[in-house]
Amino acid sequence: MDWVWSHLDLIWSSTLAHVALCVPAIVLGFVVSVPLGYWASRSTAARGVLLTLGNVLYTIPGIALVVLVPVVLGLPILNPLNVTIALLIYAVAIMVRSAADAFASVDADVRGSARAQGFSGPQLFWRVELPLAGPVLLAGIRVVSVSTISLATVAALVGIPSLGGFFTDGFQRSFATEVVTGLVAVLVLAAVFDVVIGLIGRALMPWNRGRRLTSRAAKTLATAVPGGVGANL
Amino acid sequence: MSIEFRHVRKTYPDGTTAVEDFSLVVPSHSTTVFVGSSGCGKTTLLRMINRMVDPSDGQILIDEEDVSRVEPVALRRRIGYVMQNSGLLPHRTVIDNVATVPILTGTPKAKARQDALGLLDRVGLDRALANRYPGQLSGGQQQRVGVARGLAADPNILLMDEPFGAVDPIVRDELQQELLRLQRELGKTTVFVTHDIDEAFLLGTQVVILKRGGVVAQIGTPAEILANPADDFVADFVGAKRGKRRLTAEERGAGDDVLLVDAAGYPAGLIAAPGGRLELADALAAGAGPKSRSVSNKTDQAGDA
Repeated sequence: MDWVWSHLDLIWSSTLAHVALCVPAIVLGFVVSVPLGYWASRSTAARGVLLTLGNVLYTIPGIALVVLVPVVLGLPILNPLNVTIALLIYAVAIMVRSAADAFASVDADVRGSARAQGFSGPQLFWRVELPLAGPVLLAGIRVVSVSTISLATVAALVGIPSLGGFFTDGFQRSFATEVVTGLVAVLVLAAVFDVVIGLIGRALMPWNRGRRLTSRAAKTLATAVPGGVGANL
Repeated sequence: MSIEFRHVRKTYPDGTTAVEDFSLVVPSHSTTVFVGSSGCGKTTLLRMINRMVDPSDGQILIDEEDVSRVEPVALRRRIGYVMQNSGLLPHRTVIDNVATVPILTGTPKAKARQDALGLLDRVGLDRALANRYPGQLSGGQQQRVGVARGLAADPNILLMDEPFGAVDPIVRDELQQELLRLQRELGKTTVFVTHDIDEAFLLGTQVVILKRGGVVAQIGTPAEILANPADDFVADFVGAKRGKRRLTAEERGAGDDVLLVDAAGYPAGLIAAPGGRLELADALAAGAGPKSRSVSNKTDQAGDA
């Protein structure tokens, strides 16, 4: 434990670096996935193509993607943006399926009735479909958040600061305390993100309070991550 | 606000025909009921009025104006729509659900909500429910909110798609009486869809009985249809064939009342017969028709439900 107390500064700065890698990937992943998921929920052909593409992208090993991104985009190898872009790709790969399921879960009667009241296309999306897709979108973004935080440790392998640094450094020096510290920090960070996202969801969806996840949302959670979190490491 | 269907046809791309050459005039300020079994195209016809469905052929006119020339969103905002299972927005409170259309058309929120409170009174709902979510209401209360929402923009036309189909018989009875009261007060041009012939006869000024494919079996007032069913299909549909409408008097009532039984022997109701004589001709001739049924065959409805 002495090691932990004497390295609090490093733990804190690594955590901040980790957060800086993950937050843009999670937020952008959500923003990109919602329209794609909406499209997939409206068209069977789009659904087939997008979900297959998502599955394929998700099977690319993390280390390969982190190395490939700078080559494809021409960025310097040590730019943290490489990791964020790789994480974004994984986030979208998972989130598109959740978003497609979320929009498909909107009650057809409610949508039809809203159209009959005179909601225009954009009003229907923003005022009816998006809020009603909310609970399943929330379930999806929670999976994405945990998965992204876990995956971001791969940054250490290409020399970019993150909580993953404790793994590589600890392994090289056969120093278990450091590895365990990194592991605990990742778990705590993932838990904090989950709580924050849950609170945001609660604030945005007051009608949903006290209700349990729909069976559909639960199914989404179970199937969203085919190989389990961290399968790409 | 009369509505006219002119040779309307609806065929789907897969070749099924929902409606085949349907023509009808729905008179203003009265209730027309489309009644038939599932697959008779009654809901399709209803949804053509506010362009939720566009006909493959033919025209629908509202006060001589072809609805196909009216922008659908604008059209729908000036036509009230109430459906089965209420179709309320689960993420909006009762008051915001009622205020939906006025808010869409740009009424300031505060005013729309104020007006909506008045509508809750009108449909017999406690104002204390205003800030609840639809999921916290009973089925009957939700339908009342649905009716209030349909009336919020003060439309001249009200479309109702089996609005009372999913509530229990006692609540349905209440809602039907409430609708009759509203109709007396407001006089909307109402088109009502149901599969329940008793509901059709109770609510309809004009009743349209439909066969599969939107084919009209008979159009008329409830009294006309009951007295002169056009064919065996209609006779069977209104229950005449099964003896449900054929009532005979049994002299076993208290005072002047005579008990009426149907052909199956079930007691259907009582009728006043002072001195053993029925005075039925006057009531029918006065145009009150079966609406004033002192002969109320509630046993039938319970049996059907």
